[in-house]
Amino acid sequence: MNISVASGKGGTGKTTIALALATLLSQRGIHAAILDCDVEEPNVNLFLKADIHSVDTVYTPVPSVDEARCNGCGKCEQMCRFSAIVIVGGKPLVLPDMCHSCGGCYRVCPEKAIQEIPKEIGGIEEGLKGNLHYAGGRLRIGEPMAAPLIKEVKQYACDADVRVIDCPPGTSCSAIESVRGSDYVILIAEPTPFGLNDLQIIVGMLRQIEVGFGVVINKSDIGDDRVYRYCREEAVAVLASIPYSPESASEYASGFYHEAFIERFSAEFYSIITSVFSGKLKGVCRNE
Amino acid sequence: MNELVIISGKGGTGKSSIAASFASMAKNKVIADCDVDAPDLHLLLRPEVEKEEDFHGGWIARIDAQKCTQCGECTQLCRFQAISGSYEIDESRCEGCGVCAEFCPCMAIEMERKITARKYISKTTYGPFVHGRLAFAEGNSGKLVSAIKEDARRIAKENGYPLIIIDGSPGIGCPVIASLAGSKAALCVTEPTVAGLHDLKRIFELTRHFRINTLACVNKYDVSEEITAVIEQFCKGHDITMVGTIPYDPDTVKAQINAMSVVEYSRGRASREIRNIWDRVSELM
Ligand code: SF4
Ligand code: SF4
Repeated sequence: MNISVASGKGGTGKTTIALALATLLSQRGIHAAILDCDVEEPNVNLFLKADIHSVDTVYTPVPSVDEARCNGCGKCEQMCRFSAIVIVGGKPLVLPDMCHSCGGCYRVCPEKAIQEIPKEIGGIEEGLKGNLHYAGGRLRIGEPMAAPLIKEVKQYACDADVRVIDCPPGTSCSAIESVRGSDYVILIAEPTPFGLNDLQIIVGMLRQIEVGFGVVINKSDIGDDRVYRYCREEAVAVLASIPYSPESASEYASGFYHEAFIERFSAEFYSIITSVFSGKLKGVCRNE
Repeated sequence: MNELVIISGKGGTGKSSIAASFASMAKNKVIADCDVDAPDLHLLLRPEVEKEEDFHGGWIARIDAQKCTQCGECTQLCRFQAISGSYEIDESRCEGCGVCAEFCPCMAIEMERKITARKYISKTTYGPFVHGRLAFAEGNSGKLVSAIKEDARRIAKENGYPLIIIDGSPGIGCPVIASLAGSKAALCVTEPTVAGLHDLKRIFELTRHFRINTLACVNKYDVSEEITAVIEQFCKGHDITMVGTIPYDPDTVKAQINAMSVVEYSRGRASREIRNIWDRVSELM
């Protein structure tokens, strides 16, 4: 089972709640894993502090031109819709950062002058904290496309009964890639005008790709009631409201934190777990 | 012309509140919201839309069921698993590369222009404002960001304005790279947490990679003065100009609720420090 934790806006407490959830499940004897798909700014292991036992490098294929074979016909340039291979001075020039690795140029070249070579896009580390599995991606700095790396991260810890996925904020291709195939998405929103606007956008995205979701309202006492009203009007399930806590804020700041957070808000987490897993996983909800 | 890109690495650090505050203080400038994934600036700038248009950010494959013989060539060739067993295109997966269309033996596939966003040019009491909104579930945000920046530059040129204030997006990927492209200065808004510090380091590697002059400020510095000190140390050691530290102030959210920037709404602690920061930034620009 895949449970994504996502949010339209950054800094809403996504990573915290994902970690708390995965930790709770694992404490209750569920074979759980946490995947960090926020590969641009991966933060899960700053808090989890899992022992890392392996790091894999991830590559994506990009073209490389054998100039001796190339006759300069320009078919590759015509093929590429991303302007990643352009003819300069009669010969193709590859711009690897623009390349989407579609393989078009390589297939279309009549002279078989194009080969595909691997380009490093980032790494994935894997580790263990107690019984909780962890895998997290880290995008290479300067690499624009995160989605291919996210796809790879999602190949990890497949044997876990529940995988909690910490998604990147927003609704772009990387956010979509992260939530794709999830059984349920927990959206984290703040009750502010920005929070509402960004929640509406991500709800629209999830409805479009037809994934079920509910909302956790974090720092529930900092703003106004518009987010609640929206959820009521749109029949969006509110799974829990977690108030702002200055203690949590300073524990978060120093990186020592999610255990205390779980304790402080155990009632809220109980309600999240009950709504998300009830009837789906034995032994997770206390009164089952 | 000067361009100041406000970025954050980590999301939710208060980037847009600061951008709106700068917008209300700076003279003769164009404002651009390049956080196209989660655009929020319009909530504070109260824009009056003057011109809006569809934005075609890419292509999408269409299969003509009449011509398709279900040979399976396209499903083999597509590297994005965008063609289903029943020969339908999954729009959220299609990258628009055109490989299927090129190699379909029956020429049953055509590539169509796809509307991926709406782009707006608006009037605000603070000056011209360029912004956009991606269609639901659309990627390709980097292209929209580039188009917004292009418009902003054109408008600045036409009016003889020397400055563009750009609200960037979080992260280090394609929309951020597009927000930074061609700009000379970036202000990174961070927060004093281990995650904030970690993300600042990554975004700094990116700005250094593109040789962009980097400024930084710490928002809600009083959440941890200890980590604020570490961030200041890091900046000193890496040629990042620290332009100020902003205290936690509930007025920031209240300003948002009243659809105003914090410097207009309040004379409180955060507001005062943001004014100081703006003075320093404008001196440096
Ligand atoms: S693999 Fe595709 S995206 Fe990359 S250069 Fe070739 S045609 Fe362009
Ligand atoms: S298609 Fe092949 S032969 Fe033609 S320009 Fe490109 S690399 Fe050279």
